[in-house]
Amino acid sequence: MDPLLLARLQFALTVGFHFLFPPLTIGLAWMLVIIEAIGWKKKDEVYAKIGKFFGKVLGLIFAVGVASGIVMEFQFGTNWSEYSKFVGDIFGAPLAAEGVFAFFLESTFLGLYILGRERVSKGVHWFSILMVAIGSTISAFWILVANSWQQTPAGYILQNNRAELVDFWAAVFNPSTLPRFFHTLGASMISGAFLMMGISAYWLIKKINFEIAIRSMRFAVIFGLIFSILEVFPFGHEHAKQVARTQPEKFAAIQGLYTTQEGAPLAIFAIPGTEPPKLHFPIEIPGLLSWLAFGDINAKIKGINEFPQDEIPPLFLTFVSYHNMVLLGIYFIFITILSFYLMRKNKLFENQKILKVLMYSTPLPLIASQLGWISAEVGRQPWIVYKLMKTKDAVSVTVGTGELIFSILMFIVIYILLLSIFLKLLFNWVKKGPEKIKVEVAQ
Amino acid sequence: MIDLNTIWFLLIGVLIIGYAILDGFDLGVGVIQLFTKDENERRININAVGPVWDGNEVWLLTGGGALFAAFPIVYATVFSGFYLAFMLLLLFLIFRAVSFEFRKFSETPAEKKRWDMAFALGSTVPALLYGVAIGNLMRGLPVKFVDGKIVSDITFLGLLNPFALLIGLTGFAMFVMHGAIYLTMKTTDQHQERMIKWANNSWIVFVSLYVISTVVSLFVAKYLFDGILKNPLFWILFLLLLGSMIYIPVGLKSRKFGWSFFASSAMITSVIGLLAVSLYPRLVPSSINLDEFSLTVYNASSTQYTLQTMLIIALIGMPIVIGYTIYIYRVFKGKVIITQDSY
Repeated sequence: MDPLLLARLQFALTVGFHFLFPPLTIGLAWMLVIIEAIGWKKKDEVYAKIGKFFGKVLGLIFAVGVASGIVMEFQFGTNWSEYSKFVGDIFGAPLAAEGVFAFFLESTFLGLYILGRERVSKGVHWFSILMVAIGSTISAFWILVANSWQQTPAGYILQNNRAELVDFWAAVFNPSTLPRFFHTLGASMISGAFLMMGISAYWLIKKINFEIAIRSMRFAVIFGLIFSILEVFPFGHEHAKQVARTQPEKFAAIQGLYTTQEGAPLAIFAIPGTEPPKLHFPIEIPGLLSWLAFGDINAKIKGINEFPQDEIPPLFLTFVSYHNMVLLGIYFIFITILSFYLMRKNKLFENQKILKVLMYSTPLPLIASQLGWISAEVGRQPWIVYKLMKTKDAVSVTVGTGELIFSILMFIVIYILLLSIFLKLLFNWVKKGPEKIKVEVAQ
Repeated sequence: MIDLNTIWFLLIGVLIIGYAILDGFDLGVGVIQLFTKDENERRININAVGPVWDGNEVWLLTGGGALFAAFPIVYATVFSGFYLAFMLLLLFLIFRAVSFEFRKFSETPAEKKRWDMAFALGSTVPALLYGVAIGNLMRGLPVKFVDGKIVSDITFLGLLNPFALLIGLTGFAMFVMHGAIYLTMKTTDQHQERMIKWANNSWIVFVSLYVISTVVSLFVAKYLFDGILKNPLFWILFLLLLGSMIYIPVGLKSRKFGWSFFASSAMITSVIGLLAVSLYPRLVPSSINLDEFSLTVYNASSTQYTLQTMLIIALIGMPIVIGYTIYIYRVFKGKVIITQDSY
């Protein structure tokens, strides 16, 4: 088998698995910042229990995130050594900055948050979850700096067979950093909200922990509603506009625009065929894509036909993953508005049907995140650094097929094992519920 | 004036020393866990490192990131060259990382024991592998430059040689001793007495292995000793090594466990410092041609601008990190107390 393909598979597998956990960490941590503050300031016993229950969930999620994250820190060196040599002057800095400014902060204070409840004052304890939230957010920032630089490199010159840094801030705030940071952050908040909604829905369906479940549900629905809307507008919209400006090949691929057009239509649904590139059974709204991307229904947008054959990304995967992500994004808005409406009418907590829908929706934001990630990364192909280095030139030349097969199998086995144990422990904990947790609110 | 490349050699050294001191003791605790039969003692052991191990491991991650940023060619060459060994290391580090929380969430004693063993093995194997990696580095790696590009020919079997294993065992004994001394501060009664015994015994093993390693290095990696006696840094570190090494059993005997731990940390600093002094300016000595092909702080580094930017990041970030790390250690100071939140 082709070592390049294997190395790409391994990267997709390990980063995909890792990427299930940090979004949950970030979303849940920020929710806990609010929940713990209410529990502490208002001496509210229910919120204190919600905080303690989901605080333990955070610990469990964080652990798997750390475990799978160790791999990521070193994998550029082990599997992409040519890439590491080419971009090391630029790409290593945000990874190191992530360690210095983020990993230390979140890891150190998580220990205090989880194990120090009885050793520090309530104020310091709240501060510790705030630091976890801030740390995990800064971590997302630096890792997106690094990844965005691959999408839209800036602040460098090509010299001595490598990309060399000439302007640190230009590299950090390259054209795609901020749109992608906010878009990912929004996705994380939704992931956290849907986790809490799903768990609360389970309790309500089973009619256990009722008192607590209605409060956690209420909080999660409002949190989820706010971020589901923000995620599409402005975060998603701004990100799409940026892709249209800075990576026209990717934009054309994800939107299914195969010929250059003025007044380009927005494809709502289609099945993309590749040879020749063509959308089958399209449902399109004329002019909308041009308007969304450039604010003018007549704007001309470059189609796939404009670009050299060997510089366009895979068309099927990018279109399908992007469109399903958008579909899920719209679903999140719909379901959180509906839940919010029913909640206002006092009809949510007994509505078995909608509660079941909410329960089964728990993993959907994570699936949306994976799909978004696939459109972003596959959409960048064949480049590993857009227009600077191709993926095929980036792989470690010294790592052979046999070694790769070994490590891929190893990761598959470990990750299946970890995921199943993680889920089993999480389910047990959810079944146990927060009712019997001892909390102290009066001080 | 020392140049930026040298400063980054020092800073990477500081990160490695930080990792070896901090994660060093919880790796050592993990090894001891492997031999701890009593369930209560195992629980105390794991909770002795529970609140801090994760922050400790970040020293490794940040070290990896800093190596990538400052010396990308070393990062790329060593990690791709050590591919299988590295994957094996990751396997154990992954299970170690989840063992704490998974233990806490497990309900039966059998399950809890399984995660105790994941922590134990996840510490034991890395504690050995780090030294093996260092041993291979000291011997030199088969790297060379062809047309200005670095080419390496490192094989997995080539990494398993007696010298590397000797260094591996030396490092292993060092971590076990360090972990045992840490536990003397965290435990009481019989458990504490056993840890003092562990500390003393592993001290003897470490000191013997260190002497043997030094003598063997004179033959295997003679270049490490070139001109070293004329280097004042060598003498400072050597005296620190001697002083701290001698103090450890004395401190243990007079039950000054905090000071013994401090001495053990100083000893680790000097052991790694001495190696760094002998390696400098090389990062990866070439076994093909030491003078021509070794990767040094100059031919394997990032640009001056990147090194300078990274230095600013380190100077802003690391004092804050050290500040709150000290704070957290103070919060969890003293004997282990088991609460409902404990592992």
